[in-house]
Amino acid sequence: VIHTVSVLLEDKPGALMRVSSMFARRGYNIQSLAVGPTERAGISRIVLRVDCSEHSLEQIEKQMHKLVNVLRVSELEPGQAVERELALITVAASPSKRAELLQLADVLGVRVADVGANAIVFEVVGSPEQIDTFQELVRPHGIKELARSGRIGLARASARTETRQLVQT
Amino acid sequence: MRMTAADALLRSLEAEGVDTVFGLPGGAILPTYDAFARGTSIRHVLARHEQGAGHMAEGYARASGRVGVAIATSGPGATNLVTPIADAWMDSTPLVCITGQVRTHLIGTDAFQECDITGITIPVVKHSWLVQDAEELPHAIRAAFHVARTGRCGPVLVDIPRDVQEAELDFSYPDEVDLPGWRPSATVNERQVRAAAEAIARAKRPVLYVGGGTLNADACDELLRVAELWELPVVTTLMAKSAFPETHELHFGWPGMHGAKWSNWAMNKCDVLVAVGARFDDRVTGKLSAFAAGAEVVHLDIDAAEIGKLRRADIPVVGPLKQILDRLAAAFETLREEGRRPDTQPWLEQLAGWREEFPLRYGEDGEWLKPQRVLESLQALTGARDDVIWTTGVGQHQMWAMQYLLCDRPRSFITSGGLGTMGYGLPAAVGAKAARPDATVVCVDGDGCFQMTSQELATAVTENLPIVVVIVNNGYLGMVRQWQDMFYEERFSQVRLGQASPDYVKLAEAYGAVGLRAETDDELETALAEALACGRTAVVDCRVDPAEHCFPMIPAGAAALDLVEYQPPPSVPVA
Repeated sequence: VIHTVSVLLEDKPGALMRVSSMFARRGYNIQSLAVGPTERAGISRIVLRVDCSEHSLEQIEKQMHKLVNVLRVSELEPGQAVERELALITVAASPSKRAELLQLADVLGVRVADVGANAIVFEVVGSPEQIDTFQELVRPHGIKELARSGRIGLARASARTETRQLVQT
Repeated sequence: MRMTAADALLRSLEAEGVDTVFGLPGGAILPTYDAFARGTSIRHVLARHEQGAGHMAEGYARASGRVGVAIATSGPGATNLVTPIADAWMDSTPLVCITGQVRTHLIGTDAFQECDITGITIPVVKHSWLVQDAEELPHAIRAAFHVARTGRCGPVLVDIPRDVQEAELDFSYPDEVDLPGWRPSATVNERQVRAAAEAIARAKRPVLYVGGGTLNADACDELLRVAELWELPVVTTLMAKSAFPETHELHFGWPGMHGAKWSNWAMNKCDVLVAVGARFDDRVTGKLSAFAAGAEVVHLDIDAAEIGKLRRADIPVVGPLKQILDRLAAAFETLREEGRRPDTQPWLEQLAGWREEFPLRYGEDGEWLKPQRVLESLQALTGARDDVIWTTGVGQHQMWAMQYLLCDRPRSFITSGGLGTMGYGLPAAVGAKAARPDATVVCVDGDGCFQMTSQELATAVTENLPIVVVIVNNGYLGMVRQWQDMFYEERFSQVRLGQASPDYVKLAEAYGAVGLRAETDDELETALAEALACGRTAVVDCRVDPAEHCFPMIPAGAAALDLVEYQPPPSVPVA
C-alpha cells in the first residue's frame, strides 16, 4: 500500500539527509519526496510517498519521530487531503502535429510553458493521476524529457480531523 | 567571559560535570588540546588509538552510568571513532564524541585530513552537530549531553572546525536546551501499567525478560522489588547481566544463542513474557516466529519504536523504566490488597528442576586446560568480593563469561552486545577503571580480540589505570572456528592465529605490565590469584583447548527450543 506521509522538520543542515538516511538504513523505499518551506520560518515540510505495510508505516513514523530535527509526522489519508504535483513534459511536436497537441492541452487544462520548432513544453499541475493521464495521452507523440516534482499535500480544510497524527507528541 | 571556543568547550564539559575524557590529539583539534594545556579540572586519558579512546569512553559510561566523552582529530581520527560510535548506538551507551574538523573555508575541498564525519555517522548517532560559529558551541555541547542521556541513551557527535575552536566568544553555559523536536517520553500511562499488572496477576508461568535498558534507566532496585513482590522469575540478556543479582533465587540465567537451556525454556514456555527494556534481538529470540509462542507479551520500554518492531506487544507501556517499574510495583500492591497475585511456586519449581536437569556442561577429559575452567576459576577467586567489574571481548570467551561469572551488583559486567565489537574489552576496562578507581577491573578477552586493541595496555600502564586482562587463548578465532566446524563441514578457513605468537607474557612485560601464563589447572589458580592481587596491569595468557566449543547453542535460524546441548568437538585442531 502506498502511503503519503507529511513530516514537519527544522530547517537545519543535514535534516533532510537524516530523514532519508533513516529510510535507506531501515530498508524502506521512498517513491517520491518533495521538500519545501512552510507557513513558519525555519520549518520545512517533507511530503513523501512510501510503499509499505501498515506495520512498517508505524515503524517509519516512530523511527522518524526519534530524529531530533523532526517536529511532527502525520499521514495524509486518501480523501482527507488535497494532493498536487507539478510535471514539466517536453513533447516532440512537428509543425503538422502542433495543433493537435495544443488542442489536447486546452481540453485538459494543461498550460503550455514553451513552444519550439519541433517540441512543446507542457506544464501540468494536478493530482498525480491527472498527470499520469496526460502523460499517457502525449506518449505516442514522443516524450523527449520529463520532470515531476513529487507530490505535495495538505489536509483538507473540510476534513473532520486535521490529519491522522501518527505519533504522539 | 571572553575566551576561545576551545576554552569554552572545556568550560562546557566542566559545567556538565565531566571528570575524565579519553582522546588522542591531531592537527584539526590542536586548539582544543592547547586549551587542555592552559588548564582544566578534567582528566584527559591519552589513548593509543582513537578506537581505544571511544571504547574507553563507553567503558567509563557503562561502569558509572554517566556520559562518556571521547575526543579525536579530523579525518582518520574521526573515522577511527566510528566503530565505538556504532557500538554505543547498538548498545544504547550514552556517549559524546568531539571531533576536530578542517577550517570552515576548507570544508568540501578534500583538504588534508578532511572527512565528512557528521555524514558518515548519521546512521549510528542520535544526533550530531557541525559547529559553524563559536557562539553556537556551548549550546551544541549542552544539547549533545542532553540528547545522549535522555530518552533511550546513545551516542552523539560534535564536529568543530579548527578556526571555530580558535574564534572567541562571550562564554556562558546555557541552562536550557532549545530542541523542539526532542521530546522523549517522560510520563507513564497508569492504565497501561494497571493492564500489565493484571496480565501478570493472571499468569501461571510469567517471566521477566530483562534487557540492558534496565541498567541504562538505573532501574535495578525497582526491578528487584517487582520481581520479589510476586516472586517472578528473571532472565537477563547479555546486556542486562548484573541488572539483577545473579545469585538471587529468582534469577534464572541468560537467554539466547548461548544461553542456558533452562533460561531459554523459561522464556519459550512462559505464558506471560514481560520484556523490561529489552528489544527481542535475534540472538535472544532465535527463530522469531517460534519465539515464546502463545505467550502474552507485556513490553516496557523508553523507546516507542521498539514496541512491536519485532514482536507484537499485547500490552505496551512506554516511558522511563524506573518510573514504569515503580508504578508496576504499586499496582502489584493494589492488586494484592484485592487478594490477587499469581501463584508462581509451581513454575519456579519447574524452572529450578530444569536447571538441575540441564546444567552447563563441558568435557573434562584430555590434557588441555579447558576454557570454561578459566571462568570458573575467576568466579571462585572473586565470588566473595564486591569490587570486581568485568569486561569482555566478543566471541566464545564472552559467552563463557556470561555463563560462568555471577554478577550481583549493577554495572559490573560490561560487554559489546549488539555490534559484537571484537577488541572492545581491553579499552572498555581502562575506561571502567577510570570511572571506578576503587574497583578491580578484569577484562576477559580472547586472543583474537586482544590483538585488535592490545596497544591500550600502554594507556593502562602509563595512565596508572591498572587492569587485569585474562586471555582465553585458544590460538583461533574460536567462534568462527566453531561455526566452520559445525556448519561448514570442518573446512577451517583463515581462523588459526597460533597460541604462541605473539608471546603474550613478553608482550605484557614490554608494555611494563605483569605477564603470566597458565597451561594447567594448578598454574591457572596461581596465575589468576597473582594477577588479581598484584595491583598492577597484568596479562594472564591462559592456553586453553582449541577444540572446545561453546554450548548450549541455538543454531542460526533455529527455534530457541531446538537448542543444542554440549557435544564433544568433532575435530582435534592444531594448537
